[in-house]
Amino acid sequence: MASVDRQLADNIPSFDKHEDGQAVGVSNWSGVAGQLGLIKSGREWALIAFVALALIGGMELLLRLYEVPTYIMPTPSLIAAALVRDFPLLAPHVGHTLVELLTGFAIGATVGFVLAALVTQFPLLERIIAPYILLLVTTPMLALVPLLILKLGFGYSPRIIAVALASGPMVMINSATGFRRTDLAKIALARSFGASTLQIFMKIRIPMAMPMVIVGLMVGSIFGLLTAVGAEMVGGSFGLGNRLTYYSSLIQMPQFFACIVLLAVIGISIYVFFYWLGKKYAGWES
Amino acid sequence: MSAARRPKLAVEGASKFYETPTGRTHALDRFSMDVQDGEFVCVVGPSGCGKSTLLWSMAGLHALSSGRILLDGQPVTKPSPQIAMVFQEANMLPWRSLQKNIELPFEIRRQAPARERIDGLLQRVGLAGFEGKYPRELSGGMQQRASIVRALSVDPSLLLMDEPFGALDAFTRDEMNLLIEEIWLETKKTIVFITHSIPEAVFLADRVYVMSARPGRLSKVFDIDIPRPRPLEVQAAPHFVELVAEIKASIEHKAPARPAAA
Repeated sequence: MASVDRQLADNIPSFDKHEDGQAVGVSNWSGVAGQLGLIKSGREWALIAFVALALIGGMELLLRLYEVPTYIMPTPSLIAAALVRDFPLLAPHVGHTLVELLTGFAIGATVGFVLAALVTQFPLLERIIAPYILLLVTTPMLALVPLLILKLGFGYSPRIIAVALASGPMVMINSATGFRRTDLAKIALARSFGASTLQIFMKIRIPMAMPMVIVGLMVGSIFGLLTAVGAEMVGGSFGLGNRLTYYSSLIQMPQFFACIVLLAVIGISIYVFFYWLGKKYAGWES
Repeated sequence: MSAARRPKLAVEGASKFYETPTGRTHALDRFSMDVQDGEFVCVVGPSGCGKSTLLWSMAGLHALSSGRILLDGQPVTKPSPQIAMVFQEANMLPWRSLQKNIELPFEIRRQAPARERIDGLLQRVGLAGFEGKYPRELSGGMQQRASIVRALSVDPSLLLMDEPFGALDAFTRDEMNLLIEEIWLETKKTIVFITHSIPEAVFLADRVYVMSARPGRLSKVFDIDIPRPRPLEVQAAPHFVELVAEIKASIEHKAPARPAAA
């Protein structure tokens, strides 16, 4: 009788206790994704736009009224002008930062996801590597950048490695939480129709882990962006982080803030993208 | 009982131990039963009497510690295409639409879904038009009907039902019991149905197997001779009430005996 599934063989099928995955899972998906997409009417839109305009306009007004010097805080109009005027100069740096972020994140997320999927199948292995993953999560990977630059120079590679190291563990711990949610009844269902272990993995375990995987991807990519910008500040001559140090050393504050606006746009785009992804692939949970 | 015929399903001295962190659990103790082709058999017993263990073993999901289970004379050691299972609380996959949930067995077996059969079944249980809905958009009763469609869609010869209606309210439960009786009369599948409701067992079964609590043992077998089809009103008939009381007594008889023995 060796053909009986390892996943089921030693478990008592007790439904009364209600030990399905939902209790183990952490994710309140909507908590991460906030209030996006809940705006209903034109009136709400108008109100939101009004508050935004009032904030920016008020800032402009106050800065002008008190004659705050530009090198302390430029007015929104100056920042906007700098953004438009110098965009051709800044655009390549946006490109560099995105290359580092996307490449590093792709590597980190892939490794993190695969490791999480593998490791959660073997509890002993999970216990063995858990401390190292925790170490990677809690230590700022930015700390490694000077060393990486020393070894690899001022090109893309140290930054990409730093981004991968920062995002990978985040993806991994969240995905692992997802993969640990085993619902015996759902596995038994697939098994009762003759599913192989691989099929159970693809059709039951992965979809069940998906909400937590997406949370991990979101957190990981934000960490990746932080690390990319930080690494650019440490050394090298390109990327938005490098531009921040460059413009601040020249006290060109409008350009400095233009870079910050661009970074904010990247950050918000990441957030919106994963919110959409979560709605699409993890919407069943909320 | 026609002893000459080979039973559709034979359980011979099935025992099962579980190794748990707190020690060995004896879940099932030398349980035997024969189910003839086309029969409807119910197994009742208190919680934790090993009913689910028994059923999961029949489905080939669990290995037995000793004894064996034969389907058409062949030992069951792994899930068989001849067997389909209906689980507690419907067990729908929440990330799949109803249609996709029902197609799961075909996906697993890499077959084209039996479209005509599925559509007919959906029609039969009153779920036509709900194919695109997700489980959370359906009531408990609808979900359980969908899971019955899922199980029957692969045209099994043996249907195993593990307390399928335990989580439903009384009205929905009556409705489901009627439906399952009708479907059984139409398809003549062999059904093994587990429940902890004695009236449900008497209403549905040709024969009721009563189990005692841990370790799960067969304590008594009752033949239910109420003619079919059985309308819901049969539950108020004196003979029905008598049978229920008799089965109940056979379970409760055990209870006072235990402290005396201890």
